[in-house]
Amino acid sequence: MGLSDKDVQHIAKLARLEVSDGQIADYVEKLTQILDMVDALKEVDTTEVLPLAHPLHMSQRLRADEPTEKNQRDLFQANAEDVKQGLYTVPRVIE
Amino acid sequence: MDRLTVSQLSAGLRSGEFSSEELTRQSLARIEAANPSLNAFITVMAEEALTAARAADRRLASGKAGPLTGIPLAHKDIFCTAGTLTSCGSRMLANFVSPYDATVVSKLADAGIVVVGKTNMDEFAMGSSNETSYFGPVRNPWDMERSPGGSSGGSAAAVAAGLVPAATGTDTGGSIRQPAAFTGITGFKPTYGRVSRYGMVAFASSLDQAGTLTATAEDAALLMEAMAGFDARDSTSADQAVPAYSSMLDETLAGKTIGVPQEYFDEGLDSDCERAIRDALDVFVDLGAKITELTLPHLALSVPTYYIVAPAECSSNLSRYDGIRFGYRHPDASDIGELYTRSRQEGFGAEVKRRIMTGTYVLSAGYYDAYYLQAQKVRRLISDELMRCFEDVDIVAGPTTPTPAFGLGEKIDDPVQMYLNDIYTIAVNLAGAPGISIPCGFSGALPVGLQLIGPHFGEATLLNFAHHYQQQTDWHTKTPALALNDGADK
Repeated sequence: MGLSDKDVQHIAKLARLEVSDGQIADYVEKLTQILDMVDALKEVDTTEVLPLAHPLHMSQRLRADEPTEKNQRDLFQANAEDVKQGLYTVPRVIE
Repeated sequence: MDRLTVSQLSAGLRSGEFSSEELTRQSLARIEAANPSLNAFITVMAEEALTAARAADRRLASGKAGPLTGIPLAHKDIFCTAGTLTSCGSRMLANFVSPYDATVVSKLADAGIVVVGKTNMDEFAMGSSNETSYFGPVRNPWDMERSPGGSSGGSAAAVAAGLVPAATGTDTGGSIRQPAAFTGITGFKPTYGRVSRYGMVAFASSLDQAGTLTATAEDAALLMEAMAGFDARDSTSADQAVPAYSSMLDETLAGKTIGVPQEYFDEGLDSDCERAIRDALDVFVDLGAKITELTLPHLALSVPTYYIVAPAECSSNLSRYDGIRFGYRHPDASDIGELYTRSRQEGFGAEVKRRIMTGTYVLSAGYYDAYYLQAQKVRRLISDELMRCFEDVDIVAGPTTPTPAFGLGEKIDDPVQMYLNDIYTIAVNLAGAPGISIPCGFSGALPVGLQLIGPHFGEATLLNFAHHYQQQTDWHTKTPALALNDGADK
């Protein structure tokens, strides 16, 4: 199936990506090629088949809800571009 | 000290033939000479490596050394290394100094490994040619105009060119086995969950698995003994004992059976590759193994299935890159929405964005059942079909790739052609099975890889088969006549 320019803009918005007008045609072309390729799956009869989410059929392991890590805030915040008084800063959210 | 295996280097270190510092200096010198043309390394860790090598030499002198003490190694730049850039081949992480070590990194450090640097890779491991790296493509040491494969292309090129005796890699759809095949080395992808994913930058969490790039299966066994094992910090880590792989390498192949799927020899397979694979199967017959034909009718669906499942998981995993806590941040955003979109737009490359978009689409309202759920169901069909083979055979064998290394620039503008190149490796990831690629001949001047596939946790069996093959053949000893600096100015 083909995607429209509007579809691409919508997907980009959901993915928090920006697609400039000059890039739309390329995205439409290549994403359509990819979707055409994966469309082969639609022909497969899977009525009795359960979805596979984990290749080893294991269930999710749980642990006790107790802290296992020590506080390393300063170390972790060393990778942030903008930190003030131990807090991450972002542009103004509310005017 | 020219092009020795890990096991030979280990013996030489213990006998005092050379020191770890000498080995490390040699590795660093080779990287310095070859990297301007190969582009295999993103970061070289000369100082840290020499410090670690001197510590290894002290342990060797005190008689407390293990088999890996003092061996130089390179980590794919997807593994977090405390205090060192961990870029994952992306502009998004080109400023990211990891605050902690991945479990693979800490386990190998505990075993005495000397890390000389971090290798180049496709951005976020999304690519089969190493051309999607923000740090530029890696070149294939067998032919500088060709791709070394991807996504672990830097690790593969570094081992193939003799810059390091071993390197780590990750394999989500073939990213260890395909570059190993393209560069004439041994690439080993263990069972899903066998090696911890903790500290390995996530791409597709139900498929990602760490492994090794080495000259021989014996070296892979040595490294796996140190890397594998349960890790409470990885919620899908397998809680299974790690066998002594290297002590099981010599078990006889007499009476063992190899299944050969006819779908691996379809019209897409290069004729020289086919000849090399058929010859390799004859070697196993001489070793006492039986060959039986198999059929995997769903194999062709593995590429479409993967290109729904992997992008879906990628779009979810990469939603963490928001420009705030770490990673690239657009400098002039006027509001929070713009900060997210501009940081992601500028931080990610074209292929990563395509996969995020594909994944977002197949998970979006109205399309989830038709694409994602259907792909998970077909994934079960592919997995069950492959796993059922092991009721009748010990391993499955075939080519790793349909062709030898393709040219740089040849497929990068056609994503679907690039994806289809992974037709022989992807089903293994969908099934969570272990696989290995070993060199088995040449197509012209380019190496050809033989792929062996095993049942879940069948690592020892695969390494056993691969080791016997390497005792009978010398393809794994062939090295490229690397013309240093050739291509550097192109």
